[in-house]
Amino acid sequence: MTDTPSNSLAERLSARFGDTLSISVVRNEVTAEVPAADLLAVATALRDEAPFSFRLPIDVCGIDYMGYGQTEWDTETVSGTGFSRGVEGEAMGRFNWADRPRADSQPRRFAAVIHLLSLEHNHRLRLRVFCEDDTLPMVPSLTGIWPGVNWFEREAFDLYGIVFDGHPDLRRILTDYGFVGHPFRKDFPLIGNVEVRYDPEQKRVVYEPVSIEPRVLVPRVIRDDADLVQAKAESADKWREN
Amino acid sequence: MQEIRNYTMNFGPQHPAAHGVLRLVLEMDGETVVRADPHIGLLHRGTEKLAESKPFNQSIGYMDRLDYVSMMCNEHAYVRAIENLMGIEVPERAQYIRTMFDEITRILNHLMWIGSNALDLGAMAVFLYAFREREELMDVYEAVSGARMHATYYRPGGVYRDLPAQMSQYRESPWHKGKDLKRLNSWREGSMLDFLDAFTADFPKRVDEYEELLTNNRIWKQRTVGIGVISPEKAQAWGMTGVMLRGSGIEWDLRKKQPYAKYAEVDFDIPVGVGGDCYDRYLVRVEEMRQSNRIIAQCVKWLRANPGPVIVQNFKVAPPHREDMKQDMEALIHHFKLFTEGYGVPAGETYAAVEAPKGEFGCYLVSDGANKPFRVHLRAPGFAHLSSMDVTVSGHMLADVVAMIGTYDLVFGEVDR
Repeated sequence: MTDTPSNSLAERLSARFGDTLSISVVRNEVTAEVPAADLLAVATALRDEAPFSFRLPIDVCGIDYMGYGQTEWDTETVSGTGFSRGVEGEAMGRFNWADRPRADSQPRRFAAVIHLLSLEHNHRLRLRVFCEDDTLPMVPSLTGIWPGVNWFEREAFDLYGIVFDGHPDLRRILTDYGFVGHPFRKDFPLIGNVEVRYDPEQKRVVYEPVSIEPRVLVPRVIRDDADLVQAKAESADKWREN
Repeated sequence: MQEIRNYTMNFGPQHPAAHGVLRLVLEMDGETVVRADPHIGLLHRGTEKLAESKPFNQSIGYMDRLDYVSMMCNEHAYVRAIENLMGIEVPERAQYIRTMFDEITRILNHLMWIGSNALDLGAMAVFLYAFREREELMDVYEAVSGARMHATYYRPGGVYRDLPAQMSQYRESPWHKGKDLKRLNSWREGSMLDFLDAFTADFPKRVDEYEELLTNNRIWKQRTVGIGVISPEKAQAWGMTGVMLRGSGIEWDLRKKQPYAKYAEVDFDIPVGVGGDCYDRYLVRVEEMRQSNRIIAQCVKWLRANPGPVIVQNFKVAPPHREDMKQDMEALIHHFKLFTEGYGVPAGETYAAVEAPKGEFGCYLVSDGANKPFRVHLRAPGFAHLSSMDVTVSGHMLADVVAMIGTYDLVFGEVDR
């Protein structure tokens, strides 16, 4: 390991927490994966202990890993079979509520990602907590440690349905009053479920099922092939390996 | 004796001092606020989810519409996140252009803030003065990108175009003619950099004018001194950044502490408050305008002396030159691929933050290698600030809630996303 601030932080973290955290340093960003059961103890130590002193919570957000790495367009064997315009797969935005993809119970589907900042040491740290149960994703709430995460956790609850255990006020925050579902989940249609309009006869705003067709113009493509290699070769800049 | 109970009051969502669509449910004991419960999300557009359904470049325009008074700073966070993952080094000239436009944006934002905040607290005139300068900087936005607000000017790998050699001028019209027209165009004879030179030379005097109206104004001080005091500890615990943190006496600015673009090369100071009240934050913002002006002047000087490319010559992320497309098959293919499919970003995750005028604006980007982001999360400073509303205004008078909304510098485009 070269001696950068991120690596020294990573070393201190692994010295203090041992196997509890699995730590990686990529592009000078330190990411630590924490089991949900240890989160509160780890977070308290990160805030209070002098080598870390992460007193400023930057961000908490949810992620839904359903469909990670899936594409809609085969790019590897096309030259053998000829190009097809047919888009396969059901990536975001191509389905309505009735045809939404049903995930087979996927372990480690939901995660909460916490970004912390230490002003004393000028360090950043990313914590990732996977939820064990994807039908009722649950993570302990950090509101007792940093009051500022309150709304961020409400947002992750609202958009992803991650329940923050111990949160004092876990209401929806960004979506409409009476909204059903968790809109940022990958199996929630991009077009939504309801649309609103003003009904001149009833003289009020009415909710109706959406009438628009789901449509996406550009298929989701992952190219591990020549394209990327060529781009690296053509580029005058340094393409760092990931 | 009659029993007096607390009552609940609805502030907004269409209150002129709510700065957009804030609905604040206030529990009042007479004139005193007991509890404040902000209801947000009335402007929620699902920007993050929309970005997940589009190729990377097509979401830059959405970033402008988040914090719609500091447009280019939002773009900066987003394109920096993409550049981090792709490992692109941005040409030096583009970095200076970005530094300059970040600071122009900061002045734009603070002018909007000083005008509307003063208006909320009863000082009408500042708004008119502030919008005079805002108009000039809007023209700079327009000159460089074609749009006054939603510029979509920053691109992964640089900026879309080089600075224009000719600043746009006013044409004769029933509203602008004769001596008036000549005065308006007197700065606009030369290039955009000439215009900015004239602007930066003139702007400190303009800031003096705003200060003349407010800094020692008795009513202004009555409304802001000692109102909404935030201790340094509280500011940190509530995730506050930017002026909210500096106003409480913590010298923290990403431009100095984690420099990006060309902030390490330019000379500027970080103003810090003492008391952590609304008045200190006002003073910090006014000083920031002066410092931004200094940075702009330095960037103009550098940009004048150093021509060069403003975007990487890697046609997988940046379009080839228009003229090449007419002759060169490769260029045409590159252009077509870039604007239809886009480019794949190597799998990984990154968090890129910029010191936006309101605080730390961050973009957490997760890519699985596809041409669309897997997850984009935008960390909006206003969201974190507003969450502390309850603890800061409890015990204050109703009128101070308005001062507090003003000092948070809220824009609901970014709070609701």
